[in-house]
Amino acid sequence: MNRVLGWVFGVVLLVGLGGHAALAQSADPTAAADAYVNAPHDWQMWLPVPGSPMEEHIDWLMKYVLWIMTGIVGFVGLLMAFVLLRFNSAKNKTPAHFTHNTLVEVIWIVIPTLLLAVIIVPSISLIYYEADDSNPYMTITVTGHQWYWEYKYDAVPGLDYTSYMIPDDKLQPGEIRRLSVDHPIVVPVGKKIKFEITSADVLHGFYLPSLGVQRYAVPGTMLTSWTIIPKIGTYYGECNQICGVNHDAMPIEIKAVSMDDYLAWIKVAQANYVMNSYTPRPLSSPLPVNEFADLAIAK
Amino acid sequence: MSSTTHDEHAHDGHAQGAHGDHGHAKPGFVRRWLMSTNHKDIGTLYITSAVIGGCVGGILSMLMRAQLMYPHNHIISSGTEWNAIITAHGLIMIFWMVMPALIGGFGNWFVPMMIGAPDMAFPRLNNMSFWFLVMGFIFVMLGLLIGDGTGAGWTIYPPLDNARYSPGIATDFSLFSLHLAGISSLLGAINFIATILNMRAPGMTMHKMPLFVWAILVTAFLLLLAIPVLAGAVTMLIMDRNFGTSFFEPAGGGDPVLFQHLFWFFGHPEVYIMILPAFGIISHVVSTFSKKPIFGYLGMAYAMVIIGFVGFVVWAHHMFISGISTDSRVYFEVATLVIAVPTGIKIFSWIATMWGGSIEFKTPMLWAIGFIFLFVIGGATGVVLANAGLDQELHNDYFLIAHFHYVLSLGAVFAIFAGFYYWIGKMSGHPYPEFWGKVHFWTTFIGVNLTFFPQHFLGLAGMPRRYPDYPDAFAGWNFVSSVGAMISGASTAVFFYILYRIFTSKEKLADNYWGEGATTLEWAVPSPAPHHTFEDVPVIQ
Repeated sequence: MNRVLGWVFGVVLLVGLGGHAALAQSADPTAAADAYVNAPHDWQMWLPVPGSPMEEHIDWLMKYVLWIMTGIVGFVGLLMAFVLLRFNSAKNKTPAHFTHNTLVEVIWIVIPTLLLAVIIVPSISLIYYEADDSNPYMTITVTGHQWYWEYKYDAVPGLDYTSYMIPDDKLQPGEIRRLSVDHPIVVPVGKKIKFEITSADVLHGFYLPSLGVQRYAVPGTMLTSWTIIPKIGTYYGECNQICGVNHDAMPIEIKAVSMDDYLAWIKVAQANYVMNSYTPRPLSSPLPVNEFADLAIAK
Repeated sequence: MSSTTHDEHAHDGHAQGAHGDHGHAKPGFVRRWLMSTNHKDIGTLYITSAVIGGCVGGILSMLMRAQLMYPHNHIISSGTEWNAIITAHGLIMIFWMVMPALIGGFGNWFVPMMIGAPDMAFPRLNNMSFWFLVMGFIFVMLGLLIGDGTGAGWTIYPPLDNARYSPGIATDFSLFSLHLAGISSLLGAINFIATILNMRAPGMTMHKMPLFVWAILVTAFLLLLAIPVLAGAVTMLIMDRNFGTSFFEPAGGGDPVLFQHLFWFFGHPEVYIMILPAFGIISHVVSTFSKKPIFGYLGMAYAMVIIGFVGFVVWAHHMFISGISTDSRVYFEVATLVIAVPTGIKIFSWIATMWGGSIEFKTPMLWAIGFIFLFVIGGATGVVLANAGLDQELHNDYFLIAHFHYVLSLGAVFAIFAGFYYWIGKMSGHPYPEFWGKVHFWTTFIGVNLTFFPQHFLGLAGMPRRYPDYPDAFAGWNFVSSVGAMISGASTAVFFYILYRIFTSKEKLADNYWGEGATTLEWAVPSPAPHHTFEDVPVIQ
C-alpha cells in the first residue's frame, strides 16, 4: 500500500514539477532557432546552404558531377559549333565520304567510360554514407497523412503530435507562406537523428532539401533516413510525392535547438501539443477532421 | 537502288498476293480513312491523331504554366482539378502524341518504303492498332473530364488511385485507356517486327537497313517486352479497385512498391521507346543535309540495340528513395550510367557524320542540330540524376522535370518536327515554306529553353513537382518558365500556319527534292508517294 502511495505521490510530484518547469520556461523554448532560417530564397540557382553533413556531401558531389557534365556539354557544343562553321555548304562545297575511323571510335568509347568510373567511385561512397543510420541519438517516427505529418518521438513517452501547414490567412509575421507549420519537429543540435518514415494512407514524400534527406512514406513499410544538424536554426521541407488534393499543403519544418532548449521543449510539447491541441489520430483514419485541414480544403 | 511503281495497276490489285484489298482505285472517304489498310493512310491517321493529342496535351501544359506563373494563383480552382490536369498531360503527351507521331506515324509511312516492301505485313492489324489508340484517347479524355478526374499522376502509383482514395470512375477510364493504348502499341510492334524481318526487298540485308528501320525494330521489341508488364500491373490495379484483391494493399498483404517495380519495368524501356525512333530520324536528317553517308553505321545500329537491352535492367533508378536496398541502389546507379556510353557513340557519330560534310541549314537540319545539342544537356542532367546519392536530393523535384523535358519536350519533339519537315514533301507532295519553318524552329527553341532551363534552378532550390502553389521564393524562375511556355505555345500557331501553307500549295516536288544526300528508298518514289509503292519488288545492289 505504501509503495503504491509512494508511486502515486511521485507521479503527481513529477507532473507538477514538469508543468511548473514548462510554465517557468519562456513561452517557446524553440525561439532561439528563429535566429537562423534556412529557407529557399528568391532567384535561388543552386542547392540550399548545407544544413547537415549529408547535404555537404551531396553539395560536393553535385558540383563534382556537374562540372564534369558541364565540361562534356561545353566540349560537344564547341565541337558542333566548329563543325557547323567549318563544314557548312558555303565553306565546304564538296563533301567528304569517309564513314569510319577506328581510332576516334575507340576514343569516344574509352574516354566516356573513364569519366563514368571517375564519377562512380565517390558516388558509391555517398550511397553508403547516406544509408548509414546506425547509432542514432534518437529516433523520430514520421507518418505521412492526407494532409499533415505526424511525429512520434520514440524515446519520449507520449510525445506523438501532428504538424499542419499554417494556412495562408493565418500567417503571423516571420512565418513563411507554404513552409511554416503549427508544430515543427524539434531536435537537439549536433545529435544524430534517425527518421523512420511511413504512411497511414497514400504515398507521401518526406523531403528536407537543406538537410539532404528524402524518402517516400509508404504505407505498410518503414523507410529510414538520418540527419545531424550542427547549427541552431530552422530548416524546411515539403511533401514530395503526389498524395491528393492538398499535396502542396503539407510542408515540414524542423528546428534544431540546444540540448537545454530541447529538454524544455519536450515538456511544453507534452503539455500542449498532446493534451490541449491535437489528439493523435489512429493510423487507420484516412480523413482527418481538423480546422486547418478544412481550411486548406476550402482554399 | 532501283524501284518501280505502277499506281495505275490498281485493277489487278488482287493478284498482288496476301494484300488483297489494296487494289481498289480511289476508295471513298469512309472506306479510305475508317477502313484503311494502306500503311501510308494509317500513317497519316496516326500523325493527325498525334497533332490532336499534342494540342490537347499542350493546352493542358499552358494551363499548368498559367497557374504556376505566380504563387497563390487561382487559374486552376482546386487541387483535384490540378491533379487531373497533370495526370492527363503526362499520359496524353506520351501515349497520344510522341508515340503515335514517331512509331505509328513516321514508322508506318517510311518503314515499308525504306525496306522496299509494298505495305506492312498485317494491314488489317495495322488498322485495328490505330483505332485502339483512338478508343484509348477517348478513355483518357473521359478520365480527365468525368467527375473529379484521375489525380494520381501519370505514374498512377497506388494507393492514391485505389478505390478508397480515388473512388470515381474516372480513374478506371484512365487505367483502361492504358490497356487500349497498350494493345494498340503491341499490335503495332508485332506488325513492325514481322514486316522488318520478313518483307525486306532482295538485297536489303539487316546490315543494309536504314537506321530509322533499325530504330523502329528495336523499339518494337521494347514494346513487345514492356507493354505486357504494364498491362499486368494495370490489371492488378483494376482488380484492386473493383474486385477486392490486394496486390498493392498493405492491409491485405500487398505492397505498393511492387507496383512501382512493375510500372518502371515498363516505364524505363518506354523512355527509349520514345527516343530511339527519334535517333533514327536524326541520323537520316544529319546524313542528308551533310551530304555524307552516316558515320559508323554498324556502331549506330548496335548502339541502339545495346541501349534497348540495358534499358530493361535499370528500372529501379526511378525508385532510389522508395525502398530498395543500399546494394541495389549501387547496382542500378552503375547500370544506368553505362547507358551513357552507347548514347555517347550516337552523339559523336552524328557529329562525325557532319564533319567534312557540306552542311545545308534547311529547317529539318536546324531541328536535328537543336535535338543533338539539347539532348546532350538532357543526357548530362540524366547522368547527374543517375547518382543515387544525388537523387536523394533531386528526386521528384523540378531538376527532374527539367531533365525529362529536355530529353522529351526538347528531344523527341524536336525529332518529330525534324521528321515532319524532312518528309512532309514526300507525304503531301508540296513543299513547306522554308522561312516559316525557320521561324517555327527559332520560336520553339527559345520558348522551350526559356521554359525548362530555369526549372533546373527551381529543382536545385528544392521545389517539388506536382504543386499548384509554392513558397513565394520560387516565384521568379516560375515566372520566367511560364513566359517561355507562352512563347512555345505561340510557336504552335506558326506550325498551323505552315500546315495551311503546305495544304494550299500548288507547287509540286521532285522524287528526291533533297538531292544527293538523301539516299534511302523513299526518295526513289514520286512525291507524294503513290498509294501503292513497289508493285514491282525493288532490288537493292
